[in-house]
Amino acid sequence: MQNNDIEKQLQEQVKDAAAAGEPLRIRGGDSRAFLGRAVVAPRMLDTRDHSGIVLYEPSELAITVRGGTPLRALIDALAAEHQELPFEPPSFGDESTIGGAVASGLAGPRRPWNGAVRDALLGVKLVNGKGEVLQFGGQVMKNVAGYDLSRPMAGAHGTLGLLLEVSLKLKPLPPASVTLVREEEKHAALETMRRLYQRPGNLSGVAWIDGLLHLRLEGYPEAIEARAAELGGERLDDADGFWRSLNDQTHPFFSGDKPLWRLVVKPASGDIDPPGEELIDWIGGQRWIRSDEIPLALRRLAASHGGHATRFRGATEIDSPFHPLEPGLMALHRNLKRALDPQGLFNPGRMYEGL
Amino acid sequence: MQPDRTPATIPADARRRFLNALRRALPEGALLTEAEELHPYECDGLSAYRQVPMAVALPDTLAQLQQVVRICHHHDIPVVARGAGTGLSGGAYPLEDGIILSLARFNRILDIDPANRLATVEPGVRNLAISEAAEPYGLYYAPDPSSQIACSIGGNVAENSGGVHCLKYGLTVNNVRQVKIVTADGELVTLGAETFDGPGYDLLALINGSEGMLGIIVEITVLLRPRAARTTVLLAPFDDIARAGDAVAAIIAAGVVPAGLEMMDKLTLEAAEAFVHAGYPTDAEALLICELDGSDIDVDAETVAVKKILHDAGASDIRVADDAAERARFWAGRKAAFPAVGRIAPDYYCMDGTIPRRHLGKVLERIGQLSGQYGLTVGNVFHAGDGNLHPLILFDANQPGELEKAERFGGDILEACIEVGGTITGEHGVGIEKLDQMCSQFDSAELTQFHAVKAAFDPKGILNPGKGVPTLHRCAEFGMMHVHHGELPFPELPRF
Repeated sequence: MQNNDIEKQLQEQVKDAAAAGEPLRIRGGDSRAFLGRAVVAPRMLDTRDHSGIVLYEPSELAITVRGGTPLRALIDALAAEHQELPFEPPSFGDESTIGGAVASGLAGPRRPWNGAVRDALLGVKLVNGKGEVLQFGGQVMKNVAGYDLSRPMAGAHGTLGLLLEVSLKLKPLPPASVTLVREEEKHAALETMRRLYQRPGNLSGVAWIDGLLHLRLEGYPEAIEARAAELGGERLDDADGFWRSLNDQTHPFFSGDKPLWRLVVKPASGDIDPPGEELIDWIGGQRWIRSDEIPLALRRLAASHGGHATRFRGATEIDSPFHPLEPGLMALHRNLKRALDPQGLFNPGRMYEGL
Repeated sequence: MQPDRTPATIPADARRRFLNALRRALPEGALLTEAEELHPYECDGLSAYRQVPMAVALPDTLAQLQQVVRICHHHDIPVVARGAGTGLSGGAYPLEDGIILSLARFNRILDIDPANRLATVEPGVRNLAISEAAEPYGLYYAPDPSSQIACSIGGNVAENSGGVHCLKYGLTVNNVRQVKIVTADGELVTLGAETFDGPGYDLLALINGSEGMLGIIVEITVLLRPRAARTTVLLAPFDDIARAGDAVAAIIAAGVVPAGLEMMDKLTLEAAEAFVHAGYPTDAEALLICELDGSDIDVDAETVAVKKILHDAGASDIRVADDAAERARFWAGRKAAFPAVGRIAPDYYCMDGTIPRRHLGKVLERIGQLSGQYGLTVGNVFHAGDGNLHPLILFDANQPGELEKAERFGGDILEACIEVGGTITGEHGVGIEKLDQMCSQFDSAELTQFHAVKAAFDPKGILNPGKGVPTLHRCAEFGMMHVHHGELPFPELPRF
């Protein structure tokens, strides 16, 4: 892994942009550029030369790494110490960086059991819109000094600051893993999910697609053998390949041009009767839907199950791919954005108009 | 220790108008203004500091609460939200020109949704009451601060409380899904969602630990977890505290994430044994308590692995508790550590620094030196799994100057935590207590950023002002040698 520190140059670029009053589009691997609204900005800032591990002591279960570090290299470095990122970030191409993975706030199939990006994000070093380098949080698990300005960076798509470094909580790699596949119709599968959500025991992925329920079990070999015997089903040979194809969206479900929607709903919502093909992940909590239906219909559907809808890919005319915010909540968003980025330099409009 | 602000002088007629407006907004008996009624509210768990507020408002509906906040906003009167008042850093310390907004009457459990493993509750509900309500479904709420029988969930969110199971199950912020707040101008806003994530910025994370300075928390939806099929507790005595520290690192390095991993030093384990007779070996220099949970097979496998690690690290006479009664006994001493220490000294002062675990030996040595220097005894209780250290400084408040000495000692311990890359507070919050140490952990740009965030939520600065984040002026006056990110200012100057 390249070890390269260009913090000063990146800070200068932000300061220059601030002096000129010219917004910046932040890019790492640009593999997530399709997410959200298109950013039109006179300047571009590339993070990829700011890479490498700053501090990694495996026994602390935490790492500090520069934002431009390639995700793949980071995952490999952790695997060498039998550890991994708890949130199982998707990778939409070899160029994905950890900064982008954090900024997009997306978590993989193990999210219901091991937490979201924000749950693992212990600290950040960032450049704010005034060109100041600021540090919040740190490598320790418990830290309540000052407002938590680290976790809100997860899912802010770079609109609140430039991520120089992120400190992440890690987890040990499981000693063993097995994926079982059972033929189940959607209703039966949703009922199984509902039951399993209330029962602990070695699950780290539950997804349904095309009449097949996939159950990933992780833990000590004896424990998962016992659980596998309980649950039943065929063992999947290329289990890693399957879960990666869901997470990285290389599975055939994700091909084609029909708009792809991500609906996050309460996991026990049951059949939400979506207007299109459906892939169910997160033990019922995340529904991927291919649909030409008008955005409002999908937003309402998600909201009726306590959740929200994002148009993930595809070209529908739309204000923002992200779920609209209530006016009071939007006012707080605008105020927070202004507090961190008073001139609106970073990724203007990436999430919502005016943010 | 005082809030970082100058109280306003309120003319008598303005005060009368304000109180009359509150009286009209609240039912009979829900506004306290008489000295003897205000007395119980003059401090929280940081009881060395007391201040009588102008009034206490006890609304029992959301509409009343919003009206109270609007009136305060209109009159520019500070609002200090208070749950159970068990906080240890003065977060609910009253302001003489402000009111206490008590959430005590918001004590209803609104919904238990076992299928989605969620509980929706009002802020005045006690932490433990949530687990009790979820128990029939085999579910519980994981964060368990030691005050859990008394502390309220609203206060837990405001302080981002921890407990002894954080390494595996996280802090409050990791176990809360949605929070409704009333903003400084009285609007109701929902942060987060009942789902695995919510739209927009993660303002839910920001409200956790914000100490009542960004909004008034009026409803909380927490994540419930299934009770593990089995729980085992191991008790491992060591004749050397550094070896106990090595054992902690070895357990984590072996890929085991214990549900709880606690360490007590000789002073605290002796005090605890004398107090609750937990069966701790009092000849040990340090004691590790390790809790493992999961399926039978998981726990069996981990117990074998952890026992071997503890043995190899030098633990003698390791004991394993499998039944609930013995588990409870093993924990009893740890959970009673603070009051137990309270029995051997007139007063004690509890610190809350967090450090990377590998620096434990160095920091304990430094605490030992400081103990000699200040002439005050200290006991150490350590959430070893997550690096959260609770040194208990023993002193006698009746001896002139001892409280101040204990506070200076505590301040020095926190500086030592910062120097090794840790933090001044792991779970108790800043409140009024650690305002000075905030000047050491953060530089002026970072503090200025915090103030800008505060202003984004509360432009008039009426929500718990003077807490949590010091002014730059205070930091300048504090005038300490500024250690920031491990670097001293003017590193070229010699120091002796």
